[in-house]
Amino acid sequence: MKYIVAIIQPDKLDEVLQELEQSEIHLVTVSPVMGRGRQRGISEVYRSHKEAGSLLKKTKLEIAVNDTFVKAAVDAIIKGAKTGEIGDGKIFVLDLEQCVRIRTGEQSTAAIG
Amino acid sequence: MLSMAIPAFAQAPTVDTGDTAWVLVSAALVLMMTPALAFFYGGLVRKKNMLSVLMQCFFLMCLITLQWVVFGYSLSFGPDIKGWIGSLAWAGMHGVGLEPYADYSATVPHQAFMIYQCMFAVITPGLILGAFAERMKFSSFVVFSFLWAAIVYDPVCHWVWAVGGFLRKSGALDFAGGTVVHINAGVAALASALVLGRRKGFPARISPPHNLPFAVLGAGLLWVGWFGFNGGSALGANGLAANAFVTTHVAAAAAGLTWAMLDWKFNAHPTMLGKITGAVGGLVAITPAAGFVSVIDAIWIGIGVSVICYFAVAFLKPKFGYDDSLDAFGVHGIGGMWGAIATGLWAQKAINPAGADGFFYGNPALLFIQIKAVVVTIVYSFVVSFILLKIVDMVLGLRVSERDERIGLDLTQHRESAYTMID
Repeated sequence: MKYIVAIIQPDKLDEVLQELEQSEIHLVTVSPVMGRGRQRGISEVYRSHKEAGSLLKKTKLEIAVNDTFVKAAVDAIIKGAKTGEIGDGKIFVLDLEQCVRIRTGEQSTAAIG
Repeated sequence: MLSMAIPAFAQAPTVDTGDTAWVLVSAALVLMMTPALAFFYGGLVRKKNMLSVLMQCFFLMCLITLQWVVFGYSLSFGPDIKGWIGSLAWAGMHGVGLEPYADYSATVPHQAFMIYQCMFAVITPGLILGAFAERMKFSSFVVFSFLWAAIVYDPVCHWVWAVGGFLRKSGALDFAGGTVVHINAGVAALASALVLGRRKGFPARISPPHNLPFAVLGAGLLWVGWFGFNGGSALGANGLAANAFVTTHVAAAAAGLTWAMLDWKFNAHPTMLGKITGAVGGLVAITPAAGFVSVIDAIWIGIGVSVICYFAVAFLKPKFGYDDSLDAFGVHGIGGMWGAIATGLWAQKAINPAGADGFFYGNPALLFIQIKAVVVTIVYSFVVSFILLKIVDMVLGLRVSERDERIGLDLTQHRESAYTMID
């Protein structure tokens, strides 16, 4: 089992979800987050007071998958989120030790899908 | 208030329903400006201090209203004592009835005039809190505001507007409160910023406004309310009210546009906060002049205020390093000074026979009278506010602890949160 964390541009979320759907991956947790990469955000101005490089709004996806779905998930996220511009984001793939469905008590691979 | 319909003196005062309706509606519009100010200021502070600003504004609506009817109105407008203060003859609304009091409003019930004036007394200390936002103890705020209303607002109001007030007798013009409200509050704001000191982290690490849309909503409602503030100061549904209404709108538009242009030029982008700051500055500056100047001259007043206040906020404040959190001094104090002086430049008897001609209409004397009234108000407001703040500081302590400031005033002063994370 793997746990996939992806940071993407907020306006690419719909396309990523669509791609995931097409790859039969339906379960995903999405949260709005702030962050910055090498571009260091965009500076803001408030009554001429400049705020240097603030954090940018990003969207975080968390997806737990069985090993056979890892490649499909990563490919789907790349396909949906890629613009080629700086700031497209990153995908992290982590080992996942355990997964339990609260309602039924199912565990591991049975609980993921 | 120097705009009373002169012809009405010729006959016994009777209530005019149209005038009364306009003054009562105007009173309601001016009342709306205090919660509007709360959202204007509230949107500009950090999340953790949102409720503290809303609470301070709303608290003043209650506190100052009672102060006003119990003794404040009498001190301000009651029978004159040597040009300095009103007597307590009208305390508790004694003799302030439903018949007009011709010296102030010949066609409007005396109580309607009183409650209209009450709304000005309420919002003025509200303006000050923009300077000490995010760091003043609530209890000290209450004591300071109450004493300030009685010791600073009421006398200055008497000097400028009341029959017998010495600045009014000297010929100083203040149509709707440029001196009484904006300079007075703006200078007290500077005093409070100096006495309280800077917020922790200022200027390097203060977070940006937590909700600019709220600030925009507040500024929009202020603009609407200002029609009551200035238009209502004609104290009648008449041509003068129309002039004040139109000049108010035009000056705000000119100032909002000018600030956006300055932003565009100096910061490369026109900002929303700049836009509303300019518009509010325009409303401040036209306040003393609204019933004395022409529509075209109102444009100059609007352009002028944005240039001057932009300079004050963007260059002066950083240079001197005082932390006027929300630019109460930079916009209301400086903008009010410009408005009072501009009244001396552009006032015309052709617009309002009860006024005077200004510098550009052949009477340089008015400019000097205006400057004198400005200087008197600055000195009195600054010195007395400063002393008052020092006394409150000694007795109660003005500032919250460093820990409370870090946690925020919403939780530490009111045990409430404006926004919860979950449900």
